[in-house]
Amino acid sequence: MSTPQGSKNTNAEPWGAFDDNVIQGSGSAVIDMENMDDTSGSSFEDVGEMHQRLREEEEVTAEAAATEEDTGEDGEFLGMKGLKGQLGRQVADEVWQAGKRQASKAFNLYANIDILRPYFDVEPIQVRNRLVESLIPVRMINFPQKVAGELYGPMMLVFTLVAILLHGMKTSGTVIREGTLMGTAIGTCFGYWMGVSSFVYFLAYLCNAQITMLQMLSLLGYGLFGHCMVLFITYNVHFHSLFYLLWLLIGGLSTLRMVAVLISRTVGQTPRLILCGSLTALHMLFLLYLHFAYHKMVEGILDTLEGPNVPPFQRVARDVPAVSNAIMNATMKSIAAIVQS
Amino acid sequence: MKMAEAGESIKPLFAGLTDISISEDIPVEGDISVPVGSQNADNDFSTLDEPVKDTILRDLRAVGQKFVHVMYPKKSSALLRDWDLWGPLLLCVTLALMLQGGSADSEDESRPQFAEVFVIIWFGSVIITLNSKLLGGTISFFQSLCVLGYCILPLTVAMIVCRIVLLGGVGPVSFAIRLIIVTASFSWSTFASTAFLADSQPANRKALVVYPVFLFYFVIGWMILTFSPSH
Repeated sequence: MSTPQGSKNTNAEPWGAFDDNVIQGSGSAVIDMENMDDTSGSSFEDVGEMHQRLREEEEVTAEAAATEEDTGEDGEFLGMKGLKGQLGRQVADEVWQAGKRQASKAFNLYANIDILRPYFDVEPIQVRNRLVESLIPVRMINFPQKVAGELYGPMMLVFTLVAILLHGMKTSGTVIREGTLMGTAIGTCFGYWMGVSSFVYFLAYLCNAQITMLQMLSLLGYGLFGHCMVLFITYNVHFHSLFYLLWLLIGGLSTLRMVAVLISRTVGQTPRLILCGSLTALHMLFLLYLHFAYHKMVEGILDTLEGPNVPPFQRVARDVPAVSNAIMNATMKSIAAIVQS
Repeated sequence: MKMAEAGESIKPLFAGLTDISISEDIPVEGDISVPVGSQNADNDFSTLDEPVKDTILRDLRAVGQKFVHVMYPKKSSALLRDWDLWGPLLLCVTLALMLQGGSADSEDESRPQFAEVFVIIWFGSVIITLNSKLLGGTISFFQSLCVLGYCILPLTVAMIVCRIVLLGGVGPVSFAIRLIIVTASFSWSTFASTAFLADSQPANRKALVVYPVFLFYFVIGWMILTFSPSH
């Protein structure tokens, strides 16, 4: 079905809305692909031209109508003022729509979060399975193990670790001078996740391991599940022996899993050694650091004040001047005692 | 009529309607006037001329109505339909002012600074919104920010109550009372926001969206609980 050229009775507005057939100059339902290009009809210049043309046409008809009628009451539909006002508003509306189309096109091109959409395509049951699997080392290292490339689980684990760390910092009474508690926690956790992932990915690239950045991020993110569990328990139950046991057991299991996956994707003894050694060291030492840096140990401060033989791990991250003053006093006392004897 | 029928095959659609004829013995009279659009447009622009008091009162009334919706969460879409960010801003500023601490020298415990609370609330909301959109949610960005911001209301109320309780002293009893209050208001917040947000998600992924919301309100509730006044 084809409408004759220039007939506008199928359009919504009396002056003809922006249909494709008006823009492309043909009245047929078949679109001529030859003339189709991206900017036709939707760029500001085209829209501006269209407005100008239509407005001129309408003004000509309005003038003709106005000269025929002598009684032009203000606000009547066919009156000059009413027509211009109404047309002006419709034109403004269409200009706004065109501008919005342009802006959303630019936004979709550059700030498209849909790039990340496939990495968040998970079901709750899958997340739960992967959390449990992150503590179970695989046995087969002869062929590459599958690593899920998703970012939902790792991100949630990092945020959970931030929350647990905040709790630990607060209960240990840590005072951060140049910064904020929240900023430090977020910086530590995200820094570890992104930084160590990038570092190990770089090593993997040097050692010719078959792993992508996304897989590395995902692997390390799920490895933080063990850290979350250990810290959650030991920030509330303060037994050193318990911590060491959990550190070896749960930290070790999650490290073993990551190491096994990496070994299965690397060829050669030396590259495997380098890659897995560095990952093990970083992962285990991070857990150690998180526990002892923000550990509630009031007795540690008392020991520092009273005697020189302080167990090295029982220091609390307190204000450095206060602790160093205390140590200075203790040292001076002992030196004075030695000099006098 | 004959001419009309003959013409129908070559005339475009609906052209036949212009040929309707009315018999002469039925008087037809009246005024055909199209309602002028300029009257509506005047109403649109007239909010510029009203006194400032009217504008503020109208906005405050809208905010207050949404507060009522949050306190009694029903399945209504008022919060989503006319979203605004005044309410969240008001709540966020109130909470941050009440939670902020002095300089780090004056006391042993470091309390969150104003900027910290502000940034946590807004960036937390942005991240939760992005997460729900990436998981396939149908709610828009600002609607989600609006819902998350308004659902901080129970926690703000809990903050006020905790401050009053702390006037009575700092001890295990007061801690227990504050714990109960904060836990109740934090679960209320989470429940209220999931009542609004979860509908926009596919059915099997509700848990994935609820968990970050839970964590977000948990962190804010924890900040309120560990707040201690300066002497």
